[in-house]
Order: sequence, then C-alpha cells, then structure tokens
Amino acid sequence: MLTISNLGIRFTQYDQGLHRKQLTVITDLDLTVQPGELVAVVGASGSGKSLLAHALLGILPENAQLSGTMAFQGEPLTQKRCEALRGKAIALIPQSVGYLDPLMTVGRQVQRVGQLNGLPSRAAKTLTARTFARYELPAHTPKRYPFQLSGGMARRVLVSTAVMTQAQLVIADEPTPGLHPDVVTETLNHLRELAQEGRGVILITHDIEAALQVADRVAVFYAGTTVEIANAQDFTTGNLRHPYTQALWRSLPQNDFVPVSGNQPSPDQLPVGCLYGDRCAWSTAECKQARPELRFVRQGWVRCIHAEG
Amino acid sequence: MLKGEGLWFRYDTKLPWVVRDQSLAIAPGEVIGLVAPSGYGKTTLGKLLAGYLKPSRGRITLDQQPLPSRGYCPVQLVFQNPELSVNPRWRIDRILREKHPPQQYILDALGIHPGWLTRYPHELSGGELQRVAIARVLNRNTRYLIADEMTAMLDANTQALIWQVILEFARQYDVGIIAISHNQPLLQRICQRDYLVAEQTIVNLVPERQLSI
Repeated sequence: MLTISNLGIRFTQYDQGLHRKQLTVITDLDLTVQPGELVAVVGASGSGKSLLAHALLGILPENAQLSGTMAFQGEPLTQKRCEALRGKAIALIPQSVGYLDPLMTVGRQVQRVGQLNGLPSRAAKTLTARTFARYELPAHTPKRYPFQLSGGMARRVLVSTAVMTQAQLVIADEPTPGLHPDVVTETLNHLRELAQEGRGVILITHDIEAALQVADRVAVFYAGTTVEIANAQDFTTGNLRHPYTQALWRSLPQNDFVPVSGNQPSPDQLPVGCLYGDRCAWSTAECKQARPELRFVRQGWVRCIHAEG
Repeated sequence: MLKGEGLWFRYDTKLPWVVRDQSLAIAPGEVIGLVAPSGYGKTTLGKLLAGYLKPSRGRITLDQQPLPSRGYCPVQLVFQNPELSVNPRWRIDRILREKHPPQQYILDALGIHPGWLTRYPHELSGGELQRVAIARVLNRNTRYLIADEMTAMLDANTQALIWQVILEFARQYDVGIIAISHNQPLLQRICQRDYLVAEQTIVNLVPERQLSI
C-alpha cells in the first residue's frame, strides 16, 4: 500500500551571507506498509522518524528537497497528492493535545474532522458520539476543552480523530512517552485495532518495548537511513541483523543497560561510508568506502555488509 | 538527609489538593524511585522538594535546615522536556556556565560535542539538549537530584548513557537521587535500595510505603 524507496531529504540553508549549504538529513530511507499491517519505526531523536511523517503528509518546509520515490496505493505521492490525501486517506495521530485547538471543545474538533471528510454535520456528530463511546470516553467528554483531559483521555480523543476518517494509512507520532503503562498498553491496542480493520499503521516511537507489544515489523532508523527492517519476534529470538539494532536492544534496562558511546553523525558532516561506521565494533576498511546497500538477510532487510544469513 | 514531612499542596484554597500528607526522606548516595499513575502528584512532589513550589502545609529540610531561598539550590530538578528548562535565547555555552561550569570529563562522558557550545537550544535535538541540561546540574554543589521522567523522551541507548554517567557521579559525590518514572525495568535497574510508591485515590491518600525489590 505504501512503498518508500531510497528517500532522501535535503535542506538548503544560508550559512553566512549568500553562501548556501546543503544539509542531508535523510539518506536512503526505505519502508513498506501493507494493508492491515502495523509497522513500528524506531530510532533515536534526529534519526529522521518525524521527517518521514512530515514527508508523507506534505508538510516539509519550503527549503526541503526530496529525492527517491514514495508511492501510495500504486501511485506516486507528489506534493499535490499529499495535500489532497492528508486528513482523508492518510491520517496523523499527533503526539499530544498540544496539536488541538485549545479554544474549541474536543467534541466540535472531532466532529469537524468528520465534516471535512464529507459528512453532513448531524451525521458527523453521531459518528463522534459513537467513536467516543467506542473508546469508553465519559458522556461529558465532547464538551471538554483539551486542557481538561487527563493523559489517558487525551490519547483516546486523538485516536478518535483518526477513526473519524476513512484513512487507509494512519501515522501515530510518539504516542506514548511518559504515560502510565496501562495507558500505553491501551493506546497501543487501539492502534492494533486500526490495523485489524485493514488499515496500514505506522507507529513512530523511540520506545522499542512499546513497539514490540503490537508491531508486525520494526524499521530501525539511524542518522536518516533505514539500517534494518526486522520482524517483531527477531528482537526476542536473537535474530537481529544490524549492530546498531543489537546495541539498541542491549541498552534497555531489562537487558544489559550498556550504551554505545558516540553520537549519530551530524548532517553536515556525513561520512562517505557506512553511517554507523564510527561506533561499530564490526567496522572494517571496506565499510568506510561506500554506503552499504539494503540486503535481504534471514527474512529481514539490513544495511550492513557484515550481516550474515 | 533530605526530608519532606507531612507535605500538602494545592494551587489555591478553592482548588483540590494535589499533594496530600506525603512524607519521604532520602539519604546521601541513595537512589529511590517514585511510582504512581498520572495525575497523582508525583511531579508536584518533586517541585516541592526542589523548592520550585512552597508546600501549603508541612516542611522540607535538608540536614535539619530549610532549603536556601537564594543562590544555587542543592536540590536540583531535571524535567522530561529540556527545551522548557533552558533559556531559548542563550547559547549552550552560557547555559552550562550559568552557575557552576561542569568539569570537562562530565561533558566528555555525556558526549557533549564542543561544536554544540556555540549553538542555541533549538539547534540541538531533544536527546542532545537533555544531556546539556544534565551536565548543568552535575557539579559538587548538587547534593540531591530529582529526575522527573528524565529519559522518557529518549531512545534506549541515550537513556543508558545518561544514567551511567549520573549514577557514577552520584557514587563519587554521595548524591541522593529520586527518580520519578513509569518505566519499571529502569527503576529496578537503577534503584539499589527500596523504592517508594506514592498511592493516592481521588478522595484519599495512603501514606507512601516501602517496597522491597
């Protein structure tokens, strides 16, 4: 349904005076999502997770240049098509109630989503009530303002905005940080339900554990590139292919809690070779010569020349 | 010893209590966790202990003395969102030097790149800025550290890196740490001793009790 291959995003910045410089923030990003599938996108901040969402919704700033291809339901996603599809066929579940209008009741805002999708106002109102009931929100919820919602209620309202649409692709951007485990599980289950209805769901998160609770596949981003696309069970069965994914898994408090030193390379000083090369224990001279291609190894995709089948 | 005794707090006499009759004590070098569902006043309790808010009733003492009302507070609070705890118009260098500049080895251990020092907060990612916010409090004048969901926004690797540096610093200088978090595996990993569970329902509040892990 969604196919992204070799996506690149560059920003043109003015450095000093009229000197322009190119910042390559995303290089060789790959992702596919099938209908009914929940794909988690994990990675550190600055790895390009949110930019991917912005690219899919066509809300990148004007100084951004795209390369590579994005196709949705078989047709290329151009800026024009992004604008036509967003909020309808492609929906975003934002990170917090900060994305809602603080001066409008949540009932009116969610109802408006329905109306923008072509429902008459009465039908949109009924659908809002039905959606809120589905998520067990109390009857007074539609009359509440965003600041009056608790963290858990806010999450359910934000999920409701996506359910009001007929969206085939739902993107959830960091829906869980700092929430109580029960609320996290509840939110993740709601995303799972959306996938079971036949939609494609992209869960953007830095929380691997949360991702593994519900995802079918996990794409791991590092410095703007896809280093691995693994099946969810690969994490617990020790079938991970890329050294960064393995390090990320080991650094969880319930595993070894040992970090890898160093930082992601800065976008204005990207190395010629493998982007993870300077932090990698497997690194050899060959790694420094060229960026590794994405390869299919042990039923998953990996961008490392040392991963073995 | 940092002690909060019989702490009550509400924002206004007409508003409901946010913190009701909470007491806790932490010794130098101790690492304890504070766990409760959202909305149970954990963050408010942290703000009370660090002197950001004054308790409506009860008192907070550091080695039998009230917290100093001027100068650098020996109880420091690190929040979940670093961009809200730094001055957006200051460069990183100035933010780090506001009171007690951190030692170079702390900057190195946290992976704070010298190139960041001339940038503004919005030019760093959340994980990078959080390391700056933490470097700022890792100096000898900090006696207690309250980490309020300090690493909830960060990836597992950065989280492990930050905690490794902080725990080493705390061991070296006998700093007490209160970690507020929803992340049970994290608390089990970092809290060597018992951790507290503050329990509260909407109508009443049970004093915290010690749980052994």
